[in-house]
Formats: sequence, structure tokens, C-alpha cells
Amino acid sequence: MSGGVDSSTVAAMLHRDGKNIVGMTMQLWNQRRLPELVPDGPTGRCCSLDDVYDARYVAEKLGIPYYVVNFEKRFEQQVVKPFIDEYLAGRTPIPCTLCNNHIKFDQFLEMAAGVHADYVATGHYAQIDYHEASGRYRMKRAVDSAKDQTYFLFGLTQQQLSRTLFPLGGMTKPQVRELARELNVPIYSKPDSQEICFVPNGDYAAFIDSYFKEQGITPPQATGEIVSEQGTVLGEHSGVHHYTVGQRKGLGIAAKEPLYVIATEPATQRVIVGSGDSLLRTNMAVKDVNWISVAPITAPVRATVRIRNKHLPAPATVMPTSDPARVEVRFDEPQRAITPGQGAVMYDGDVVLGGGWID
Amino acid sequence: MLTGQFGNASSIHHFGQTAKQKLESARRDLAALLQCHPTEIVWTSGGTESNNLAIFGIVGEGQHVVTTAIEHPAVLEPCSRLDVTVVPVGASCIVDPDDVRKAIRPGKTALVSVMHVNNETGVIQPLDEIAKVAHAAGALLHVDGVQAVGKIAVDATVADLYSVSGHKLYAPKGIGALYVRKGVKLQPRTFGGHQERDRRPGTENVAGAVALGRAARMIFDQGLPSPELRDRLERGVLERVPFASVNCAGSPRVPNTSNIRFEGIEGEPMVIALDLKGFAVSSGAACSSGAVEPSHVLTAMGLSKEDARSCLRISLGRSNTEAQVDALIEATAQAAHHLHRLAPVHV
Repeated sequence: MSGGVDSSTVAAMLHRDGKNIVGMTMQLWNQRRLPELVPDGPTGRCCSLDDVYDARYVAEKLGIPYYVVNFEKRFEQQVVKPFIDEYLAGRTPIPCTLCNNHIKFDQFLEMAAGVHADYVATGHYAQIDYHEASGRYRMKRAVDSAKDQTYFLFGLTQQQLSRTLFPLGGMTKPQVRELARELNVPIYSKPDSQEICFVPNGDYAAFIDSYFKEQGITPPQATGEIVSEQGTVLGEHSGVHHYTVGQRKGLGIAAKEPLYVIATEPATQRVIVGSGDSLLRTNMAVKDVNWISVAPITAPVRATVRIRNKHLPAPATVMPTSDPARVEVRFDEPQRAITPGQGAVMYDGDVVLGGGWID
Repeated sequence: MLTGQFGNASSIHHFGQTAKQKLESARRDLAALLQCHPTEIVWTSGGTESNNLAIFGIVGEGQHVVTTAIEHPAVLEPCSRLDVTVVPVGASCIVDPDDVRKAIRPGKTALVSVMHVNNETGVIQPLDEIAKVAHAAGALLHVDGVQAVGKIAVDATVADLYSVSGHKLYAPKGIGALYVRKGVKLQPRTFGGHQERDRRPGTENVAGAVALGRAARMIFDQGLPSPELRDRLERGVLERVPFASVNCAGSPRVPNTSNIRFEGIEGEPMVIALDLKGFAVSSGAACSSGAVEPSHVLTAMGLSKEDARSCLRISLGRSNTEAQVDALIEATAQAAHHLHRLAPVHV
């Protein structure tokens, strides 16, 4: 229970259905840290006292037991630090997926088992079913395509899926809000949260700089050159972690045509920029693939592949390699800004075949 | 008190006088329990205020304070705003008076603040020796006695200032007291009245004080608890759970508190599993959201954060029975074995 409408409604639905439930909020990040990032104080954000207050209020209204559980240490080790490392390595990470893989559907499932809970129900927008013929739990896109969160859930294993419930997967967000109101969930009109929960205002570069300062770590050499694809030096920058593939704003370079970040090279501290056309790629390698609805592939398969959360899955051929956790993807049409570090999720229609990390 | 005798104890009229009489009667009852004079008792809102009042009321500009690593945050945090030396402890959870002596800077140290009983382990501190060390160097001794009153015999006059919290001895939350030895110059922290002999201006919480006085009298009349139930609990848990051990078992402890380590498992799900069965126990310290943080007391004693997370604190009350303790042993053993089976290798 994050204190938001979705998980609150899940609690209210299960309670309405007579399930024996326990509400829990994960404390993931101490919002008192890095105070310079939030001059007005750490209110109104994920893991803030305001959200815990809301979750506790919903639990009280429902009359269910409620606890806040502390996963701060593991969140820092398995989400925040890898998030920073990825940026410094010139990639663009997705902390929400790391959190799902290592915290929400791992440590939290352990906590649930520890208190004899059979299932964990969350407010994620995705659907799970059990497919008799293959003997596998399958994941499908949510009915509400705008809210669908399968892009962030590609790491879930069969074991995790067998103990997970997504009661909102078959509903649209307006339906959820309506149901929340009907079930007297007191916060039914609370706005949706948007940003990465521990990064204020989406300014991840400022977060990384502040985190290093807090830890007393000297950031790796900060400055470097911005170069064209031909190697011409066009300007200077203050650290590769300030740039992500496809980025256009904030380059500080005057040019005839719009310039985009094509790649970042941590080894040379260079940021390579070029025209929009240079962002187009047809092939990519995907590592650490987790297969969900099908067994690991042994022959090329046709799929639609999503390379960003807001990306429309594009038709492609997915080819196995000698490494079973690695695939090569060849898109039918070139795709813009294929970004190392982001997830690649493969679909067959609404069914999530599996996913991995763009290498 | 709240409906019939609601007068302001500072008023001249008879409503006020009745309230004043009740307030002073309660003061006498608490003084009797603490073995001090009633005029040495200052009512406060609780242990935190008592500690803050003692520390900031004594330690002036340019002066130094000595405290210990196992104190409650209500002592550690006020001290951290001053020039402070924090004395470490070992695995016994007993403060060594010689360490206190070394930490004192004669002429500069105005106050030594040491708890009577540690709230997490129940270990009793050697106050007589610490008082000698402090006084020999010209410093005053403040004792946070929140966890001692009602559990062991207390003579507040061992110290110069002694903090009491009402809800730790069956009075409601929101009332506490500070013993201030006659002659000790205490600077008030609030201004705007002459209540409590100028030591704590502000209208007194008469209902709370009366309840605390009543609680003190109850303890005075009923006597102190014995360790039988606590020993039964520890014996039972150790018999049933081979990977359990009692922290500070060899140190002098209050008779109602037990801190048990369950090696390799997390205390947090234990607390929740037991709460769902109706047993209220704790692990570590609750942060502002209500989540559990590793105990600073156990880490100060040398436990790793992981080991500190695997500890459970169980406190027994005057009304607990053998049957309840036996049910708690059973539930604790079940939860411990269940979590032990689930425990991943990373713990």
C-alpha cells in the first residue's frame, strides 16, 4: 500500500471480497536524506510520511492490520546504487524494474511468506493467468493500455507470478477511481504519482551529484567533450551521467539542424551528438532475458518489441544466441533511440513473452 | 479530575485549590516512590521533556556533557546539540564508570547523563560508581530513569536530576516528572509563569499528574515485579529455538525485559507475525513512518546491523500470566522456525 489510489483500491476490493488481508507499506528511501534536493521538505512524495499517513488511514477505514516494513538498505544496494552505476557507465537505467525484480517481488514476497500470507496483491496494471497447456503463468498487458505496466514487470519469475495478484489488470484507471469512490476509499481523488520515487523532480543528475556528496565519494572525472559523429569537438559537458541517448535539450550547442545525443562513452568521457536520423537503429542485443509466458526460445520468433515505456511495440524477429539469456532483435523498421540500459520487452499481441536489458 | 475537579491549580478560588491539593498529593506519592522530597519533583509532559529540561537546563554556553552510546534518543539528540562526549559500551551493555571518568573534562563538564536501565536490553547501570566519578570532577549527574521506575527500587537522590515517564508505570501518556535535587540551579526551557517553582512554567497537567501519583502509589503498595515470568519466557524460548540466545543474560537486568536474538532471521516479520496473533513485541527502533530501524543500542554493543535486526524485545507487564507467557513461547517458537525455514542465504 503506497498510499496511492491503486493499491488502496486493491486493498478495498480484497476486503470487500472477504479476503483475510494485511496491509503493508514498504519504506524504501529515507526522504530526509539529500535535503538540498527538496528545499521545501520531503512531503508529498513516495515513501514520505504523507503517503504512509494515507495508507494507514485507508487501512484504518478498512479495519485491516497494517505495517510499514523497512527495505531501505536493500533498496539502496539493489536499486539506487545500480541506478547510479548504470548512468556512470553511459547507460540509462530503469529503477522501477530493478525495484520490482529485487524488492517488490523478491524481498516483499519473502516478508509476506514470513507472516504466512499466501499471495501478494499490488496495484500494478498487468494481468496474470495460468496457462494449462504450457503449465506456465503468463503475463498479459493491462486492459487500460495507457496504464499498462508490463514494461516494468518483465523480470518476474514463474515462482513470483504464482504468488502475485494484480486485481486492477482488467480495469481502466477511471473505473478504478470510480470503484475507489464506491468502496469509500478516502483518497480516491488523490493525483497519480509520476516520477521515479526517490529522485525529486525527475532530476536524476542532481540526485547522483548529491548522493556522491553525501557518501563522500569523488565523482568520476566530471567534464568531457561533446563531439560530432565525425569526432569534431563541438563543446564541453559536465559529466556523461547528465546525458541520455535521444536527448535534445541541454546540449548548449548552436547548430543548423537539431542535435541529439547518439551515444555516451564513459571510457573517453565523450558525448556523441548527431542528427535525428543517426538515432535510427534496426538491430539490438538484449541480455539477462527472462522468459515469462513461453519457455526460452530455440528458434527465431516473431514478436513486437517495446524499447521504452512509452514506445509502441514494434514488429521484429527475435533470434536466440548461444547464450540462453541473450537474444538478438532485428526490427522490421529502424527504431529511434535504442538506449542501452533500458528494458526490451517482447510481446505476442497482449501476451508478454519475456524481456531483458538492452546491451 | 477531568469532569469534577477541573480547576486551574494556580487559581485562588476553591476549584483551583482543590486541584492544587490533588496535584501536591500526587507529588508526595511520586516523591515517596523515588525516595526524595516532594519539592524536588517537577511535573513535565513526559520522559523526553524531562531529559531535555535536565540537559539544556544544566549545560550552559561553553560547557561540556558526557553521555553514553546506549541512551535513548531523548538524551542523545539533545546532547548532540552540545559539546558532548559519548562513552561506548561493550557486549554486556554496562557503562564502565572508568570510561565516564576519562570522558569528563574537570572544570568544563557540567553534566553526566546516564540511563538507569537500558530500554532495549533491560540492563541496570552502576549509578553509585558513576555518581562518585561525576561528583569527584565537579559535574552533576542526570539519570534517565524512564525504564527503571516501577521495575526496580529507585532512589533518585543517587543523582542530581532523574527523569520519569508516566506511561512506563501505568499512568497515561503525556505526563512525566523530573527530580531536581534541592540546590541544583536549573534554567527553565519555557517562560511565562511561575509554576513548578519557576522550573517548568505553564499550567500543570493536573489530571495526568494525579494519575502518575496514583500509579506511584500502586507500585509502592503492590511492590516490584519478580523475574519469574521473564525467566520462564526465556527458558521456554531457548528450549524450543536452538538458534536463539538472550542478549546480556549475564548482566544485572530489570525483571520484565528480555532481548532475544534469533540468529539468521529478521526481527521485522517476527514482530508482524506475533502481532497478528495478538502479541505486542518489538524489534529495533521505530522510525517516523513506523518502519523498523536497527537498534543503535545493540549496534553500540558491537552487534552488526544484521545481527541487531534479528533481535526481539519482549517486555512483560504486571498483569501477564503464566498461560499468556506459555502461549507467547509457542507463538515465538513457531514464527522463528517458520522464518528460519524461509531464511535466504543472504541473512
